[in-house]
Amino acid sequence: MSDSHPASLAHHFEDYEQQHQASLVGMWAFIAQEIMFFGGLFAAYALFRNRYATAFHEGSAHLNVTLGTLNTVVLICSSLTMALGVRSAQLGRHRKTAAWILGTIGLGGVFLVVKAFEYAHKFHEGHVPGLAWHPEAGADPNLRTFYGLYFAMTGMHALHMLIGMVIMLIVAFRALRRHYTPSNYIGVEVLGLYWHFVDLIWIFLFPLLYLLGRHA
Amino acid sequence: MSTQHVLPIRTYLQVFGGLMLLTALTTWVAYLDLGVLNTTIALLIAGVKMSLVMLWFMHVKYSSKLIWVMAVAGFFWLTILLVLTAQDYVTRTPVHSWLP
Repeated sequence: MSDSHPASLAHHFEDYEQQHQASLVGMWAFIAQEIMFFGGLFAAYALFRNRYATAFHEGSAHLNVTLGTLNTVVLICSSLTMALGVRSAQLGRHRKTAAWILGTIGLGGVFLVVKAFEYAHKFHEGHVPGLAWHPEAGADPNLRTFYGLYFAMTGMHALHMLIGMVIMLIVAFRALRRHYTPSNYIGVEVLGLYWHFVDLIWIFLFPLLYLLGRHA
Repeated sequence: MSTQHVLPIRTYLQVFGGLMLLTALTTWVAYLDLGVLNTTIALLIAGVKMSLVMLWFMHVKYSSKLIWVMAVAGFFWLTILLVLTAQDYVTRTPVHSWLP
């Protein structure tokens, strides 16, 4: 019994293919939940943007488009490195897999550092609801709503990135210990799905938060 | 075996290139005054970028129908969330004011 059933194949699965599919279904179910989680924030954004259009345009104008675009580029690069990491795992290239994943962590780090600078700037400007709120005189009274959403959405996104990067460290070290094989690389693939999803959230956050009313 | 779809590096680079182009496009278009269209175009571009990421980076294009269903399911429920929430607010009469 145990001869035909290798340790990396859980007993309730008949073959690797079934285990692979089940793991993918599990991760996509989690991603569906994450879509609903962030979806709630996006729904709030849509509602309040519709109601306080001028406040949102004003709030968006105070965000740094250069840094936002840079971060978008950085995150897309990290998705590329992650995808190439999964590909290396598919081919059984342990060190390359680890290298691509560590590169992804690095790019994620760049994103978070830029974000930290942006947040610090917001503190100085007095645009942090609840912590440092002192906008300039004559500012739209509903600016607070925009910034509340800005910090909630980008903050949640950054938290998701951090968690992903921690798991990446674990996966990278597992790869170096030759844990993954061409028939069992699902751990890397599933991590990849998570990271691409984090990228997707930003792909929508960026235009909605940074690119509002840039024409004026 | 579960290694059916090892994509050539070239494919990933092409998708990456597309994503870069679309990012540049969306930032550029933001500075044009197109009124209501600005948001629509921004969301459309984001939608195309999302499709690129999902189909190729997330391998959905090469996955089983089961995975396709799982991938789409989240957006199905999100649509319900957005549409039903919106219809609630949009059908409210002016009597119910937002202001305190």
